[in-house]
Amino acid sequence: MMKTRQMPGSSFFNIATNRETIPDTARLPFLLACLLIFAWVAWHVKPAKADPLVVDLSNHLVAISTGFTGTDVLLFGAIENKGDVVITVRGPERDMVVRRKERKLGIWVNSQSAYLRNVPTYYATAASRPIELIANDRLFASYHIGLENQNFVTTMEGDDTDDSLYRDALLRNMEYVGLYNDKPSKISFLSNQLFRTDIHFPANTPTGTYVIDVYLIRDGRIVSIKSTPLVVSKTGVSAEVYDFAHRYSALYGIIAVIIAGFAGWLASVIFRKN
Amino acid sequence: MQIYLPIAEMSVNVLLILGLGGGVGFVSGLFGVGGGFLITPLLIFFGIPPAVSVATAANQIVASSLSGVIVHWRRGNVDVKMGLVLLVGGLVGSSSGVGVFAWLRSLGQIDLVISLCYVVFLGTIGGMMMIEASRAIFRTRRKGGAVRRTKKHQHGFFHRLPLKVRFYRSGLYVSALLPLLVGFFVGLLTALMGVGGGFVMVPAMIYILGMPTSVVIGTSLFQIIFVSANVTILQSIQTHTVDIALALLLVAGAVVGAQFGARFGARIKAEYLRAGLAALVLAVCIKLALDLVITPNDLFSVAPGNL
Repeated sequence: MMKTRQMPGSSFFNIATNRETIPDTARLPFLLACLLIFAWVAWHVKPAKADPLVVDLSNHLVAISTGFTGTDVLLFGAIENKGDVVITVRGPERDMVVRRKERKLGIWVNSQSAYLRNVPTYYATAASRPIELIANDRLFASYHIGLENQNFVTTMEGDDTDDSLYRDALLRNMEYVGLYNDKPSKISFLSNQLFRTDIHFPANTPTGTYVIDVYLIRDGRIVSIKSTPLVVSKTGVSAEVYDFAHRYSALYGIIAVIIAGFAGWLASVIFRKN
Repeated sequence: MQIYLPIAEMSVNVLLILGLGGGVGFVSGLFGVGGGFLITPLLIFFGIPPAVSVATAANQIVASSLSGVIVHWRRGNVDVKMGLVLLVGGLVGSSSGVGVFAWLRSLGQIDLVISLCYVVFLGTIGGMMMIEASRAIFRTRRKGGAVRRTKKHQHGFFHRLPLKVRFYRSGLYVSALLPLLVGFFVGLLTALMGVGGGFVMVPAMIYILGMPTSVVIGTSLFQIIFVSANVTILQSIQTHTVDIALALLLVAGAVVGAQFGARFGARIKAEYLRAGLAALVLAVCIKLALDLVITPNDLFSVAPGNL
């Protein structure tokens, strides 16, 4: 699942290490060839004058407190020259199981299942223009941009061998609960250089570290990539309760019983006279 | 007003949950039942994960059964000895139930088993109650007299078992194995269904053990407190699915609702109450049964999990 981030053209440096094997008579043509290649590379890959892409978030921490009902994080940035911007937001990964129901003896029963590894628990994209106008599918596929370009490792359990139905079901379900967005949301440009977009995190946003990748695309090619983290974590009472319930689970259970018992006793005292 | 539930990991409307607790509390006060069989399906219906619903309902039942038993205790309607014997069976049953629950959850079949248990038990009990209540209504209308009581001492197979013990408060001399088995079985249900099991326990006490009706509810509530407390603690340890915040909201709504329900219920004839309860139980049963049979919108379900 590693993303390849090498720019095309970096493989040319391998030629230089093979110099010893070249005979003297071929030196001049070789040097010429090197020069040509250098000129070609220089022409196509312009040296970075300034940072072509700058981005930041309004907030690097989304705090889930007791009153949390979802939130928006503002992503803003600037590009040097005209170009398109595509953003992916990827939540913490988790192993998921997708189960398929089958009718057995008249009732619907979970039967076959597929285990999908390293599934992002949140995924969203945003783009400055309709994505098909920005670049072709192959570019997005090679950078794993978009839900259809995620390579989940699946293990099937049962007779089914085709995992595509299960993958579709996963995407459909995650979209339904609001954790995946199927269509990229809009990145708006304030001028030719400045852009902004809101990333929405719903109330059921999973906690963990998110990675936001920002791609600058020009003429169907990726010019620059910026990556920035975002942490979603519970704070305040809800965080402490969750933490306590997992760390001291027996004590938590006993406290839950005592509180409930007290509430029951209190109720009978309050309403006794009536 | 929204509140984020720390264990369910979702935000819910406070008024909705209070109203839910209040409504179920009203029903439980009206009919004299725990209401667990309503709370769990309703929580699932409102999108709370089934595992959290079951475990949290058990926690809520601790509160409602305790406030209920205090009333019966003052009137001397609790057979402590019988309650303790039932409790021993109940603790074993509920402990194994929590284990079964965790195992079924890992298999991905817990939702099915919860639904099936509900359909079978609610259908059986609701059907039997409906028949009994409508007969009683019919009889009182025709004769205008009181309902004839069933004979207390029926000497069937159950009464030939060894280990006979005398239960003075219930006026019974039966084998201790009987209440132990009943307790075990109801404890199992408490863990699997998130219910107090009163709706199974009460008929079992009357028809299998032959206990007098006056002590049945108090004694069943008495042992339900401990069995549901056991389930709450075990679920906390094994599945981390007890949500204190959710339980407290439910309790707050339920205790108020129960008072109104009890007052309202005092004005209605017992057999009409039983018929009403039977209708409610059957309605929940039919709803759950239809969900099992009707083709779901999506044949696939997604859950966190690994091999």
